[in-house]
Amino acid sequence: MAASKRTTPAVFVLLAIVGIAFVALPLAGLAQRTPWSRAADVLTSDSSVTALRLSLVVATSAALLSLVMGFPVAWVLSRSTFPGRTMVRGLVILPLVMPPVVGGVALLSVFGRRGFLGGPLYDLFGVQLTFTTTAAVLAAAFVSFPLAVLVLEAGLRSLDLRLEDAAATLGGSRWYVLRRVTLPLLAPQMAAGLVLCWARALGEFGATITFAGNLQGRTQTLPLAVFERLQTDPEGAIALSLLLVAVSLAVIVGLRARFLATR
Amino acid sequence: MSLRVDVEARRGDFSVAAAFEAAADETVALLGPNGAGKSTLVAVLAGIDPPTQGRVDLDGETLDDVDAGRHVPPERRPVGVVFQDRLLFPHLSAIENVAFPLRARGAQRRGARSRAAALLARFGIAERAEARPAGLSGGEAQRVALARALIHEPRLLLLDEPLASLDVRARTQVRALVRRELLAFPGVRLLVTHDPVEAMSLADRMVLVEEGRITQIGTPAEVRAAPRTQYAAELVGVNLFAGRLEPLETGAGRIVTPEGDVVVAWPAGAAGGVEAVIGLLRPADVSLHVQAPEGGSARNVLPGIVGSVSVEGERARVRIDSSPPVVAEVTLGSVERLGIREGTQLWASFKAVEVRVEVQAEAD
Repeated sequence: MAASKRTTPAVFVLLAIVGIAFVALPLAGLAQRTPWSRAADVLTSDSSVTALRLSLVVATSAALLSLVMGFPVAWVLSRSTFPGRTMVRGLVILPLVMPPVVGGVALLSVFGRRGFLGGPLYDLFGVQLTFTTTAAVLAAAFVSFPLAVLVLEAGLRSLDLRLEDAAATLGGSRWYVLRRVTLPLLAPQMAAGLVLCWARALGEFGATITFAGNLQGRTQTLPLAVFERLQTDPEGAIALSLLLVAVSLAVIVGLRARFLATR
Repeated sequence: MSLRVDVEARRGDFSVAAAFEAAADETVALLGPNGAGKSTLVAVLAGIDPPTQGRVDLDGETLDDVDAGRHVPPERRPVGVVFQDRLLFPHLSAIENVAFPLRARGAQRRGARSRAAALLARFGIAERAEARPAGLSGGEAQRVALARALIHEPRLLLLDEPLASLDVRARTQVRALVRRELLAFPGVRLLVTHDPVEAMSLADRMVLVEEGRITQIGTPAEVRAAPRTQYAAELVGVNLFAGRLEPLETGAGRIVTPEGDVVVAWPAGAAGGVEAVIGLLRPADVSLHVQAPEGGSARNVLPGIVGSVSVEGERARVRIDSSPPVVAEVTLGSVERLGIREGTQLWASFKAVEVRVEVQAEAD
């Protein structure tokens, strides 16, 4: 092809190497500092296994929650016009831009025991959200939700509406058309949204520790476990970090075929 | 069994008003140039776009009645539509596409699939049942679209440009299939097309639509014999002059059109005043000359430049950009002998009596 025959300027090659090294070096450092002799012990310790399991549960739940909540929002944003739509979209995307710690504080002010939803919830039903796994899921969903909305809205906008019209003339009720035409056609965006949300939720730290706290087995996900260990056992923290890198790598390898290949 | 339509619909700034009827034992073609509003009418009849005025009745059932606030949604209309771009579901196989209307009505998967398979077999594409639309040829996809529109046994069949997207070979095959299915279809058949050949070869009656209005309704023979507008005249290959009629000497008159005048024989029974008329002139009755003809009996001699020459078999149609413009039909031999090319200066002539004058009923 013509593009591959064109030579790349040497300067760009050099700059590209610098850019790649910027990502690769810290990872290499992590591997280099890993206390391989102790790694097995750290990784198989109860606290690590618990944190890993919790991380997977929280990230998966949060991603699904974001997708389910994001779909109707994306639908409304893409298919209806109402005053202030741009502002609503901005609002929905805000958690993506805002520091996660602030998100945690905000969640606390609503769902905390003195929050305006959390208060009545506790007084009437004795339900406390803070310091529970549910809180960890909510925190992770809060920060990944905008990604779901963005991806699904783009998907809905690229959909040929005439296909839905055609389905209606063929006898499909609105619900049937949604189920048999719209949602299946959105499958690629659903998958992409799920993965993006999952990745974002897996790395969530600030909102989680603020809103859900750092309780082993309940809210201590892998990033929180790494942070805690760093203060007492830096070598162990590095081993745990490597575990997170491995999980992330597994995701990328798993997705390679579908989303990363440019052609 | 019949369809009665009397609606007005709007799409953006564009409005369409149409009133016509179609019986169950005939194929009616909605014929008009691109952008005339045909697809808007399809959307109204399918129930996708509600009309802004009027009503639609099918077999005595009211599908739309704006005054009564009645609008039957598309999924509850007994209508089968073949859309212009087919609009097959890309994520479903051919057989699943065809089974869709049955499944949408609650049929079991197995039963729906076997009926779809039978229909695909009747359309000669049984072996393509599991292919996705992207893997189908144009002709195959059109058959799938037709099968999908027919399987739930609708009472109104709407075909929107069913052959337009096909290449010549596929078109011939699919046209034969469409003709067969149209004849076998027990309900009202509506064929939307911009192609006069398609309309005349498939339809019993034609409804001509131009700029959102119906300009003529009639059988192909009627439209061919007496086109009412420039568009209709061009469709059937006839020259048409529309304008006021002014008297000349006894027995003669002059049609004054915005593009120039034509001398005609005074129509029997026409009053002496100014009336809206159209004059029709067969292209074969137009003579062409390389020099201004003199001393002949032709009352109309129009100089002009050749705008286009199109060859049909042994004949050529020559368009002269005179005032008004005319089309002449001559033999290929004449084209060569007179050296006719685009841009050549010519004189077209025809006798007044060769122009058939029709007084417009709706003269204003």
